[in-house]
Amino acid sequence: MLEWIFPTETVGIVLLSLWGILIGASLLVRALGPKLSENATAELKDRTSTWWWIVALLTLAFALGQTATVIVFALISYLALKEYFTALPIRRADRAVLLLAYLTVPVQYAFVEMGAYGFFAIFIPVYAFLLLAFGLVLAGETAGFIRSVGILHWGLVLTVYNLSHLAFLLTLGEAEGVPLEGFGLLLFALIVVQANDVLQYIWGKLLGRRKILPAVSPGKTWEGFALGGISAVALAYGLAPVLTPFTGPHAILIGAGLAITGFIGDVTLSAVKRDLGIKDMGNVLPGHGGYLDRLDSLTLSAPLFFHFTRYFYGG
Amino acid sequence: MDMFWRQMLFAVLIRPVLWFAIGLRVRNRKGLPAAGPAIVVANHNSHLDTLVLLALAPFRALPLYRPAAAADHFLKPGFVGWAARTVLRIIPIDRSGIGAEKALAPVCDAVERGEVVVLFPEGSRGEPESLARFRRGIALLVQKYPCVPVVPVFLHGLGRAMPRGTPLFVPFFCDVAVGGPMRLSDLPGDEVPDALARAVTALGEGLNVGWHEGATGGESVTKDPHSPDRGKKNPFADEGQA
Repeated sequence: MLEWIFPTETVGIVLLSLWGILIGASLLVRALGPKLSENATAELKDRTSTWWWIVALLTLAFALGQTATVIVFALISYLALKEYFTALPIRRADRAVLLLAYLTVPVQYAFVEMGAYGFFAIFIPVYAFLLLAFGLVLAGETAGFIRSVGILHWGLVLTVYNLSHLAFLLTLGEAEGVPLEGFGLLLFALIVVQANDVLQYIWGKLLGRRKILPAVSPGKTWEGFALGGISAVALAYGLAPVLTPFTGPHAILIGAGLAITGFIGDVTLSAVKRDLGIKDMGNVLPGHGGYLDRLDSLTLSAPLFFHFTRYFYGG
Repeated sequence: MDMFWRQMLFAVLIRPVLWFAIGLRVRNRKGLPAAGPAIVVANHNSHLDTLVLLALAPFRALPLYRPAAAADHFLKPGFVGWAARTVLRIIPIDRSGIGAEKALAPVCDAVERGEVVVLFPEGSRGEPESLARFRRGIALLVQKYPCVPVVPVFLHGLGRAMPRGTPLFVPFFCDVAVGGPMRLSDLPGDEVPDALARAVTALGEGLNVGWHEGATGGESVTKDPHSPDRGKKNPFADEGQA
């Protein structure tokens, strides 16, 4: 019956399990409520309800199919890019080029939808990069040129290029008789990376002692990173046979890879925020911050996962 | 345009497009008056200001909202004039120097009709993200109608999305902070504009969102030591003021 709604039955089952976990989490938060401080409870409630929205959006997108999901990712990239440009220092002379930068979003995701790998992989890092930089040259304002080019390119890679790798999983297609279920892969990547975030956070709260990068992100500890990472690897190992064609060793390998790149993406955005002197990139997602605060762990994980899958399982 | 079609235009086109293109982050949206008479006072940095305030107004109260705007600037023939009259439903203000009382007469009429008047007391779009002195007109209104609540609003970022001097619109997240209604009738007339300016600025300070340059009112010099614009006036303000 689930096949009617979702791309495969497995995907449907996993999504429903996510709903189950959410219900459990909400009940847990409600039970813990009286025992925690008011602030902590409010934050937990906010975080959980944001997760409800995220899972709901994902479920809807998956149910509507590949094109809908690609469009949803394009919208997310757009919103993340907008949030990025809003927070970073922009010169007036940059504005026209910024508009062009936004236009790379539909182009890049069109390449994704068409499965045009060559264009998809080259467009932003090579052509958008150089042509938009040229646009800044034409704007004529050379004071702060280097900085603006850096901000522009960094933003495009962070929010558009890297995220689009996740969407491209949907069009990887079949290879050598092993059907690649794009939705399953996508769901696997999302779950492992986000769970890694949550697990590193929880372990950090429970047993965190020695800080990893105190100057950048005071909340991160070695204990949180290591234990959270190991938990994420265990999760990957357990989840892989359900959603992916990965073998056991591959699952462990990619689980570890995602745990590391998830951490890297997170602290990289923290460094950006420290430089700007802000705590969150926005306040759109209650309890989490802005779109980028939720997406940061995906930015490096997405291409890694994509290329890992493509390398070992073709497509 | 029929009121119904205007409501539809806002609901179906203007609000969704604004949400998508700008993504307004609003604080205390309920503070916007749902019934007249009332005066809404906001800082002014972009042509988008009026549209945004109307789009945020409580839907049912939208027909009551009347932004005051310069007659010479907006009542041109063609699309601008049509949009100003029928979509924005402006109250035209005569700026040709006939005196504050006469210029504000249509605004007074609107207040007496029980409408919600939207004013930009700076007079014209200033340098983005800096607040010019509020003009006297608002003081005259407050003294004439002491019982009408005045609601301060702080708009932030619209001057970056579409600043003065260009129709080129670039998407950014923008913020709106709506204050509580004020009754300024016990203040002496010449203190009213400054009190309001302070209220609007204070609303701005309450917003803390990744803004980097010249965050709130009055401050247009970038302090960031690494910025190439350091010490320069706000880099968005390359145009002179009208």
